[in-house]
Amino acid sequence: MTEFDIRDNIDAFLAANKYEVDEEHAHIELVDEPSDDEFDKLIRVCPGALYKRDETGKRTFDYAGCLECGTCRIACGETIVQRWENPQPSMGVEYRYG
Amino acid sequence: MADFDAIVVGAGCAGSVAAYELASAGKSVLMVERGNYAGAKNMTGGRIYSHSLKKVFPNFEQEAPLERRVVTERVSLMSPDANLTIGFRSDEMLKEGQDSYTVLRGPFDQWLASKAEEAGAEAIYGIAVESLLKDGSGKVTGVRAAEDEISAEVVILCDGVNSLLTAEAVGFKTPEPHTMAVGIKQVIELPSAVVTDRILAVSDDEGAAWLFAGDATHGHIGGGFMYTNRDSISLGIVATISDLMANSSTPIYQMLEDLKRHPSVAPLIRGGKVVEHSGHMVPEGGFDMMPDMVGDGVLLAGESAMMCVNLGYQVRGMDYAIAAGQMAGIEAAKALDNGNTSKAGLMGYQQALEDSFVLKDLRQFRRFPHFMESTSRIFNEYPALARDVMNEMFVCDGTPVKPLRKSVMPLVKQVGLLNIVKDVRGGVSAL
Repeated sequence: MTEFDIRDNIDAFLAANKYEVDEEHAHIELVDEPSDDEFDKLIRVCPGALYKRDETGKRTFDYAGCLECGTCRIACGETIVQRWENPQPSMGVEYRYG
Repeated sequence: MADFDAIVVGAGCAGSVAAYELASAGKSVLMVERGNYAGAKNMTGGRIYSHSLKKVFPNFEQEAPLERRVVTERVSLMSPDANLTIGFRSDEMLKEGQDSYTVLRGPFDQWLASKAEEAGAEAIYGIAVESLLKDGSGKVTGVRAAEDEISAEVVILCDGVNSLLTAEAVGFKTPEPHTMAVGIKQVIELPSAVVTDRILAVSDDEGAAWLFAGDATHGHIGGGFMYTNRDSISLGIVATISDLMANSSTPIYQMLEDLKRHPSVAPLIRGGKVVEHSGHMVPEGGFDMMPDMVGDGVLLAGESAMMCVNLGYQVRGMDYAIAAGQMAGIEAAKALDNGNTSKAGLMGYQQALEDSFVLKDLRQFRRFPHFMESTSRIFNEYPALARDVMNEMFVCDGTPVKPLRKSVMPLVKQVGLLNIVKDVRGGVSAL
């Protein structure tokens, strides 16, 4: 596991975005027991900071704030990102500026 | 008889222009966009070079929701505690067909899609194409979307850098992490007069483009960018995925927060409010990562075909997408007229791309991605060297001065004169 240099929380910026969250259906799914090394890659590359590890080492991933860039699919599509789909019709992020 | 002559997947630069050309040629066109409106799933840095847009819409300056015309270019070598910037402006940059504009894709793509719809294209929004329809021979014959099957003589995939359909269409393999970069951007709102003043422009129509190498990515392959919109600033980072994911101790979003605090960036955005935080991949592998752009019954244009060039001082994608969308629309219409939308019947598109700047540029720069990837000094040693040399020139503390040659040469030697020569030669030959 990497000791990350994280000093900012960007949740407030994501909150400025417009989303229609699909509560029923996760459009990205990880394998059951993702390896720490692979998970660390996603912590580094996800621009939405959706892959997290807390002080106790517990890992979380929340697809609700997804920016739909596909970076996790490219980084770990063959390892721990088991499924990457577009959100259901009219769901997901809606860029007003872009 | 197919439901439509053509189906265009994606209402971005390539898609809307392809649909516009097909509809203008009298073809029935359906454009399927997964966002609730054109641009809803899209993001750019971003600036568009106008030349190819002007060919499609000669009066775009009056019609399109442009932010500002870029009148100032800046490129920086950034270290944590210093920043060397080269600024450039020239009358040449401002001439019609040579100028460039900052844009935001939400408004811009909606305008472009409206042009296609006005020309007669039908558009449906909020629905993603899930898969392609094929006949027994493997020819693409339509799309499946929201449990509907819609057929067409030709399908044009303009569904972007993260296309989930190009594998099915032309057997494109998921790109390798070293050929792709992740982009992160915030739109930071400020009054237009404040933006104008901060870039030393004289009117709210004038804008600046600024690229940063070095500390923006904490020394990783990539860079920072800043574009001024009418009443906001687009600030972000692009970083090659393979390098970033391998060993960076700083996640990309933290790099952006650090860039915002850098003393040379902070004054620009001071008092601004983040109104959107976005992400988008950038295909940086160049010519060698491009898929087949013609298949049986199917064409690819824009970022779905990985059409992008990033030279560090110049980043282009939208002008390629618009040109390719135009060629795809025109050549697909010809193939429809000839009653042959097989791969062979659609090859006019390939030829048009080969004859144009699109594939000529991508071929010309095909070695550049490897140069960037293998020259990490651009992101580490050179920004530090620039800082140290500039400190020698500009810092004055009353100690007796040494001749510049004596103070600078040791700094150069630290990096290695041969390394510098090698990198300059490598860079020049890759351009």
